[in-house]
Amino acid sequence: MTMTATLGHAHADPHHIGRATEHPGPAPKRIVTAYGFWVFLLSDIVMFSCFFAAYAVLVDQTAGGPKGSEIFEQRNVAIETVCLLLSSFTCGMAGIAADVRNRLWFYLAMAVTCVLGLIFLAIEFKEFADLVARGYGPSRSAFLTAFFSLVGCHGLHVSAGVLWLLTMMAQVFAKGFRADVLRRMMCFALFWHALDIIWVGVFSVVYLLGGGA
Amino acid sequence: MPAVPTVEATMLGKLDWSAIPLDQPIPLAAGGVVLLVILGVLAWVVVKGHLPYLWHEWITSVDHKRIGVMYILLASVMLLRGGSDAIMMRIQQAIAYQSQGYLPPEHYNQIFSAHGTIMIFFVAMPFVIGLMNLVVPLQLGVRDVAFPTLNSVGFWLTATGALLVNLSLVIGEFARTGWLAFPPLSELSYSPGVGVDYYAWSLQISGVGTLVAGINLVTTVLKLRTKGMNYLRMPMFCWTTLASNLLIVAAFPILTATLAMLLLDRYLGFHFFTNEAGGNVMMFMNLIWAWGHPEVYILVLPAFGVYSEVVSTFSSKPLFGYRSMVLATMAICIISFMVWLHHFFTMGAGPDVNAIFGIASMIIAVPTGVKIYNWLFTMYGGRIRFATPMLWSVGFMVTFIIGGLTGVLVAVPPADFMLHNSMFLVAHFHNVIIGGVLFAAFAGFEYWFPKAFGFRLDERWGKVGFWFTFVGFWVTFMPLYIAGMLGMTRRMQHYDVAEWRPWMLVAAFGMLLLTIGVLAQVTQIVVSIRNREALRDRTGDPWDGRSLEWATSSPPPVFNFAFDPDVRGEDAYWALKHHAKQQQLEDHSGPEYQDIEMPKNSPTGFVCAFFATVMGFALIWHIWWMVILGGVGAFATFVVFAWRDHDEYVIPAAEVERIDRINIEERRNLVSLAGTL
Ligand code: HEM
Ligand SMILES: [Cu+2]
Repeated sequence: MTMTATLGHAHADPHHIGRATEHPGPAPKRIVTAYGFWVFLLSDIVMFSCFFAAYAVLVDQTAGGPKGSEIFEQRNVAIETVCLLLSSFTCGMAGIAADVRNRLWFYLAMAVTCVLGLIFLAIEFKEFADLVARGYGPSRSAFLTAFFSLVGCHGLHVSAGVLWLLTMMAQVFAKGFRADVLRRMMCFALFWHALDIIWVGVFSVVYLLGGGA
Repeated sequence: MPAVPTVEATMLGKLDWSAIPLDQPIPLAAGGVVLLVILGVLAWVVVKGHLPYLWHEWITSVDHKRIGVMYILLASVMLLRGGSDAIMMRIQQAIAYQSQGYLPPEHYNQIFSAHGTIMIFFVAMPFVIGLMNLVVPLQLGVRDVAFPTLNSVGFWLTATGALLVNLSLVIGEFARTGWLAFPPLSELSYSPGVGVDYYAWSLQISGVGTLVAGINLVTTVLKLRTKGMNYLRMPMFCWTTLASNLLIVAAFPILTATLAMLLLDRYLGFHFFTNEAGGNVMMFMNLIWAWGHPEVYILVLPAFGVYSEVVSTFSSKPLFGYRSMVLATMAICIISFMVWLHHFFTMGAGPDVNAIFGIASMIIAVPTGVKIYNWLFTMYGGRIRFATPMLWSVGFMVTFIIGGLTGVLVAVPPADFMLHNSMFLVAHFHNVIIGGVLFAAFAGFEYWFPKAFGFRLDERWGKVGFWFTFVGFWVTFMPLYIAGMLGMTRRMQHYDVAEWRPWMLVAAFGMLLLTIGVLAQVTQIVVSIRNREALRDRTGDPWDGRSLEWATSSPPPVFNFAFDPDVRGEDAYWALKHHAKQQQLEDHSGPEYQDIEMPKNSPTGFVCAFFATVMGFALIWHIWWMVILGGVGAFATFVVFAWRDHDEYVIPAAEVERIDRINIEERRNLVSLAGTL
């Protein structure tokens, strides 16, 4: 059985090569919660990758319907992207405000995040509604199926995020910056940033690659 | 006939009286019996006044041990249901030679679909998740899992899935598509009924539960280990738990996405997998097997962990080649994601692709072989005790090798072109799943039962159960290999080939032996409960165990350990028993007892699952107002949970001391005994 070195050896072996460092015991709650939420986010990204894969497989299956370049409006997508990226910034502000227990800045930053999220959703909804009105709904072709699902899945996540955001604001209002509220706030911020990263993927794979061709 | 929408029709979606299969006696009778049993149990509980106990101690419990037990209970009940399906199918194939047998095709198809779905998702999965829940925090020396309330949510969502599948017996129908619902058969045009919807929604809901369990256990193993529990000191079962749950986190979202696509096709006219408008059926195959192959390792890795624990305990030796075992486990964890295409070599992806996936599949056999040798060498030179858990383990080694070999056989593409979708394949996967996963479930059940309930199981009936199941397995499934090589394809409702008949009769006889085996195990439980005083385990360590779960009493107190155990090496408890530590155990002048904070009970999981059931049922039957109701209810449940002011309660130091003293007292004998060894 390998022996663990005593403190004296630590100097002779600064990189712990020759000894097993003792595990210090269970991590504090904050770490555990954030860690678990990261694992969840990774699983969520796996789910998104399935929709990305489906999109890649079906993108050319237009079945006589429109191609991406015929229906994407780059200007709207640019506005959407700006909204979402900005909202990530304000979400970060809200996180800082929560950390320093500043209610005013917290509400303000969360409210702005919420509004930006809603603008994003409104633009996306309008894009979908226009397409359906022109007869280019998801049932038109496999390409549109994949497009609506991938973008819509992200949109559903943003909607859930907005709901969570409002719940967080209500909770801070009712309960203040309790330890568990702060942990949830941290998870919410992680979630919101992750949606941003996924949007960068959607933006590149769907709108940039599809728009040019 | 185009229905005229009436008020009721819109209120209740597609649901009306024709959904009750009054013309089909078998499902109706089965459903009736199940209903009677449930009502009977409920009535008994209420009349006897057990309801408050049940509510406070079990239903709302967030204790990992209780939740583990409930998972295992769910799995056991579902095993009886899935087993009944199996009996019906074996009888059908035994008599349906040149005749229709007694099950009409549309019913037979539902049975094999339900059988596979139930056995994988509601027997094998909850059984292994239950064992992991029960044991892993104890082995890691901690008080609970990372997210206790979510743990309860996960369990109850799994139960919801099981409930919906069984509801399809009496209201509507189940899928006729096989346990993976391949399109285009599962698309609306070929399966217009609610069967596929029952299938898909119950798996979506229970899939969320499984994902939650996976996240929980990954976080528990990685972030909650007691002092000194370095990675390379964890018991093997913790390693396999980690590997299996990493696979859950990485693979179950694929299942969720795939079923979501199928549902979008069915509900909103999308074209993911349809034959029209550019849909791609083979995309479903790729996606579902990208989940499906890791899934078989999600099941079998914890099983390997159980065998590792059992073999080392009952050989009274440390596990041979611990580090190679860890390496093999993680290797399997990774390679299992690189072989999915072997499930459809016949798709015709070309010789290069098939060869690559064929070779990758065979490579998995290497780390598996490493494990087998490690178990054998663990036994070699050990003082082996053939208690029931050990019998299951040895039985597994013999059985699983054959299953693995036939796996390698069908991983050779040219051979698979002959054997794909034949009874040979059916024999292969039952060989690995029964011989691997189910045997481990039974071994783990026998092994950890005393820990969970404080008394051992009757050995005599346990052995009867083992031998009948073991022999029954061989008699049932070896003939299927032969039938497969004689050209019999899977899922046949009837056939006309005389050469197959004898093998079907033998298999049906084997099923009889298997049934006796199950009944013997049920008897074992009943007998053991009756004799529980004689079988009581006062030491907390009935098998002379090696890992930390045996360091606490049986059953353990809610807080598991009065003091955080301090681990100094592998086989933590063994060392504790045999080295200087025993003094600390004997005259406990150690550290002061302290207050312990534990998470409070919460009905969140149960209430959430109630709304999930409402929502799932409403989605299946297109009752949209009810869908919204269920969704709002589930969200509200979480908000109420988030609004709680106290989520922990304190067990005072004096109470901890009182409980712990009893344990130490009863254990003193054991320690002095161990000292003389
Ligand atoms: C050395 C290890 C293994 C290899 C090389 C292997 C190979 C294969 C191959 C090639 C198939 C597809 C055959 C066909 O459809 O024609 C298959 C099917 C299957 N295997 Fe294995 N296998 C192995 C171990 C396992 C284990 C350990 C399990 C479960 C615990 C398992 C469960 C299954 C199941 C459930 C199916 C069939 C699913 C279906 O089509 O419904 N296999 N295996
Ligand atoms: Cu496979």
